[in-house]
Amino acid sequence: MKRNQKILLSGNEAVAKSAIDAGCRFYAGYPITPQNELIGYMAKNMASSGGIFIQSESELSAISMVFGASASGVRAMTSSSSPGISLMQEEISYIAGAELPAVIVNIMRAGPGLGNIWPAQSDYFQAVKGGGQGDYHCIALAPSSVQEAYDLTLEAFVLADKYRIPAIILGDAMLGQMMEPLVANGKNYKPLAISHKPKEWAATGCFGRKPNVVKSFYLNLGDLEKFNLKLQKKYKNIKQKEQRCEALNINDARIILVAYGTMARLAKEAMLSLREKGIKAGLIRPISLWPFPQKIFQRLAISAKRLVFLVIEMSYGQMLEDVKLAVNGRRRVEFLGRSGGGIPTEEEIIKSSLSLLSS
Amino acid sequence: MKKIFGRTRSLRGVDTHYCQGCGHGVVHRLIAEVIDELNIREITIGVTPVGCAVVAYDYWDFDCVESAHGRGLAVATAIKRLQPDKIVFTYQGDGDLAAIGTAETIHAANRGENLTVVFINNTVYGMTGGQMAPTTLIGQKTATSPLGRNEKTEGYPLRISELLAQLQGVYSVERSSTDSVQGILKTKNAIKAAFKNQMENKGFSLVEVLSACPTYWVLSPVESLDWIKNTMSKVFPPGRIK
Repeated sequence: MKRNQKILLSGNEAVAKSAIDAGCRFYAGYPITPQNELIGYMAKNMASSGGIFIQSESELSAISMVFGASASGVRAMTSSSSPGISLMQEEISYIAGAELPAVIVNIMRAGPGLGNIWPAQSDYFQAVKGGGQGDYHCIALAPSSVQEAYDLTLEAFVLADKYRIPAIILGDAMLGQMMEPLVANGKNYKPLAISHKPKEWAATGCFGRKPNVVKSFYLNLGDLEKFNLKLQKKYKNIKQKEQRCEALNINDARIILVAYGTMARLAKEAMLSLREKGIKAGLIRPISLWPFPQKIFQRLAISAKRLVFLVIEMSYGQMLEDVKLAVNGRRRVEFLGRSGGGIPTEEEIIKSSLSLLSS
Repeated sequence: MKKIFGRTRSLRGVDTHYCQGCGHGVVHRLIAEVIDELNIREITIGVTPVGCAVVAYDYWDFDCVESAHGRGLAVATAIKRLQPDKIVFTYQGDGDLAAIGTAETIHAANRGENLTVVFINNTVYGMTGGQMAPTTLIGQKTATSPLGRNEKTEGYPLRISELLAQLQGVYSVERSSTDSVQGILKTKNAIKAAFKNQMENKGFSLVEVLSACPTYWVLSPVESLDWIKNTMSKVFPPGRIK
């Protein structure tokens, strides 16, 4: 394929293609809608890329296989949708505790319970606050287009390796299913080569060296606390260095719409319509959900005097809490959300914005 | 003076945390001896369970990966698929392999993964305080079957080795006992065969080892060996199953 040639793929396929381009050579997964194109792409293409594909007996097994693959020093990924990701939480904590790199893709559907297969963003808390047992974090990246699904998956592998941390791609059913043209330039993405050094800690047989043990168990009192402090230091470092967001028209804004993923595309349209009406609207689209892009909110909350934030989500207010924490009571933060398959429309966003500004 | 007995290379020079009369120490040593006799220490990767043997990696001197409870064979599957030139084994207890990990066990076996499994059957959950295991005998008293296991409410002891032997993907299944010197030697031979099978790419090989837990059987170490021989072996007869 020519460089910069556009191809047409669904979000699910783009994530899968990106993983293979990133050097992911192990994938295990279990079927669940709406991410089946992803496992299907891996089944078709992993072997011919020199990797291993396994359809596991459950999500518990899939994520455990990813644990074993990563412990072998190989880039590894699994994907699922909300209920399946819930099943994986125990092992994701083990991955964090053993400081293994891994990429986990959640193409969110609506919950709770079996819910339905329509788009939602109601797994935000699970992705950014921990999800499993213990004090740990996963890096969480939220693409809003098929191109970005491809690009952020490359980045997720780089960050996972760099920090030895699980990294989550948090998309939704809309992103997984929709098709868009993209330029797949992963093979020219330099950070990948730099981060793909041999992993000295991996379990590969102790030939010519002392044995390696991959584990998360610290029985002796004091040892685990020491390890946890090391993790916390790592998380602090990531919070400093890896905040990502897109900010549009924020400098003169009186209202800033805050949304991530595909929801941010609707929010952007609403913001542009408000601008056409002469209303000074802006948009902040968090790209890294953990670490949350706090800095930009902190700066605006202090510098912009007459400013309202309107957080828009396909949930009943999960990212909202992180926006409020960042703004820390200095400015008004309001919310518009729907969940269970409902998506706030452009008209609803405009109407909410206008009523906020007039109140 | 001539040295006639010593620590084998694959065992570290440390004391174990196991109780008096516990079978884990014996089986750890057998595995270490087998690995050294086959000269595979530097290419072996052990997968340890959740249970009393979680820290087996503190006693073995080769690469190990700690698995979540029951997930040993999923973890091992990935390691072996990605490193087919290495020797990968799991060490799992009855709760780990035959209760919480039943699905992982059956499906790894059914896929015919080229792995070696050492399955320790001592009829109880040792690490958590002697609760009922899937292999607990009828009438056996445990912390969670204080009146003795009742088949009407708790079901029967799960003979998972016999169950696994039915699967086409499985190459060999053998049960042995550590109730006597003879039994221990037989166990070693069975473990050695299971490792050799993997080296020869023959596929999934499992050795079930009947092993004592005097602490939660509330018996002395010697009485425990008698109990394996006279009672436990009747329900779990040693021998080649497949």
